[in-house]
Amino acid sequence: MTGMPSRMIDVSLGPQHPSTHGVFRMNVTLDGETVVKLQPVFGYLHRNHEKIAEGNSWLAAMPYTDRLDYICPITNNWAYALAVEKLAGIEVAERAEYIRVIVGELTRLQNHAAFLGFVLGDMGAWGTALMYAFREREKILDLFESLTGARMMANYMRFGGCRCDLPPGWIEAARKVADEFPAFLEEMEALLTGNEILLARLQGVAPLASGRAINGGMSGPGLRASGVDYDIRKVDGYGIYSRFKFRIPRGSAGDCYDRFMLRVLEARESVSILTQAISGIPDGPILNPKVKQRGFHPPAGEAYGRIEGPKGELGFYLISDGSGRPYRFRIRPPSLINLTLLEELCVGTKLADVMVILGSIDIVLGEVDR
Amino acid sequence: MTGVLQAIRAALPSASVEQVNNPSPCAQHSLLVSCSDALAVAEFLRSSLGYDFCSNVSGVDWLPRKVKEKAASPSPDDAGKDPQETVEREIPGFLEVVYHLYSIEKKSGPLTVRVRTGDRSGNVSVPSLTPVWKSAELQEREVYDLFGVRFIGHPDLRRLLMWDEFSDHPMRKDYVAPDDYEYEPTPHDRVLARVSARTEAA
Repeated sequence: MTGMPSRMIDVSLGPQHPSTHGVFRMNVTLDGETVVKLQPVFGYLHRNHEKIAEGNSWLAAMPYTDRLDYICPITNNWAYALAVEKLAGIEVAERAEYIRVIVGELTRLQNHAAFLGFVLGDMGAWGTALMYAFREREKILDLFESLTGARMMANYMRFGGCRCDLPPGWIEAARKVADEFPAFLEEMEALLTGNEILLARLQGVAPLASGRAINGGMSGPGLRASGVDYDIRKVDGYGIYSRFKFRIPRGSAGDCYDRFMLRVLEARESVSILTQAISGIPDGPILNPKVKQRGFHPPAGEAYGRIEGPKGELGFYLISDGSGRPYRFRIRPPSLINLTLLEELCVGTKLADVMVILGSIDIVLGEVDR
Repeated sequence: MTGVLQAIRAALPSASVEQVNNPSPCAQHSLLVSCSDALAVAEFLRSSLGYDFCSNVSGVDWLPRKVKEKAASPSPDDAGKDPQETVEREIPGFLEVVYHLYSIEKKSGPLTVRVRTGDRSGNVSVPSLTPVWKSAELQEREVYDLFGVRFIGHPDLRRLLMWDEFSDHPMRKDYVAPDDYEYEPTPHDRVLARVSARTEAA
């Protein structure tokens, strides 16, 4: 068929598209089915969260952080509380540190469960895998509901501790969920990870070398899938993570399969941290009594605090001028910065792979657009 | 921090770099780099000191401030005056871009690097560090969008979150939000005007 006239096709994927995980748009230029150019378009969910926070009191920003990565509100709370605690030099109550680790790791488990379901959906296995994942996620959301009153918008952390103590019987229920979670992972693996179609769709697709991943700002599971040994829980040892034994799983090729499997391996380590934290939790107060939550006035200065969120490095850069409002409130959103390399990963692949690559990065638009 | 500062001064003696102290208990002090040396310093930090990961890029809008300072050592003529007399000094406003760097190789950080513009006017620029750290690309676009700082040498400097036709920079401290972002005259307005004219006549 040589000599047949051909031209590039521009396709606008999104913002309303089932595989874009929200209102995300990509302008893709195609040569046949192969991607030659990809331009992400942001901002459909932009509400200038940072400006809102700068007009409110320090505490009033806490419930807004729930709405960043709305799959994992509790880790967002934690990152903000951690940055404020750094800024003002606040110590966290011992029991609250354990509660934070427990709810934080539960958040990671339900995020990774949802991730597995969503990626399978992006590959065309729409529905079934997602229902299995959401069945598991529901159990964790029930725990959050009985603890915080809300399934997703938790508003749970406070400066120097947590908002409320664990209700009676909660720890036993959490232990049961943690003990049962590996069975779900094994079920998922038995059903899927050896599946021929899944391997064909994931293995060798969009490999990312470690040097490019670091320079491009990839963080979290995406960075470790490229073989980089970097987990903020180990490096910074924030909270009480240095007390627990856990391993950092790593990939080698950095392709979609590594990014997929890394979540499965990481979930197993989270279960191990959970069981250690549940058996070690002490009695005591859950809030540092010296901190005045309402009318909170941190001294002038600035601080950058970060945690290993389920999607990557979630950081808050705060500047205080000594008043009751943040002078500058900046969020380092892992979902946005992990998309820096999206075009590089997608160029040269087929259009159908773009969905899988985007899914394997794991984004939430509430955090991308803020 | 002082080690990094010494290393920069040893390698780039002509570069203007100074330490900015942070009074917060976390003591994350920062390096203030002049615009003309920023790219060279960044390249040195990445290639020689191992700061391979540019984690966070933020814009900060500093309004003009008045600071009270103790007067300079009183001259003998002023001996009768109160030695604690303070003078007010005005610091002009400026925009600032703050980079938080980490070293994944050495597992150290954060190193805070600041670059400042001369004033807060509509046409200010700093050098882009995207050629050194690709991870700054989208974040510098965001700072350009929301603060109005142009990044010289950025490969694709467009608005990130606001729409392309938008003309202001919402994260500036003196930005005033309109009552309605999406207001535009529509045929509906003419209908409403006709209805209200009719009701007034009746």
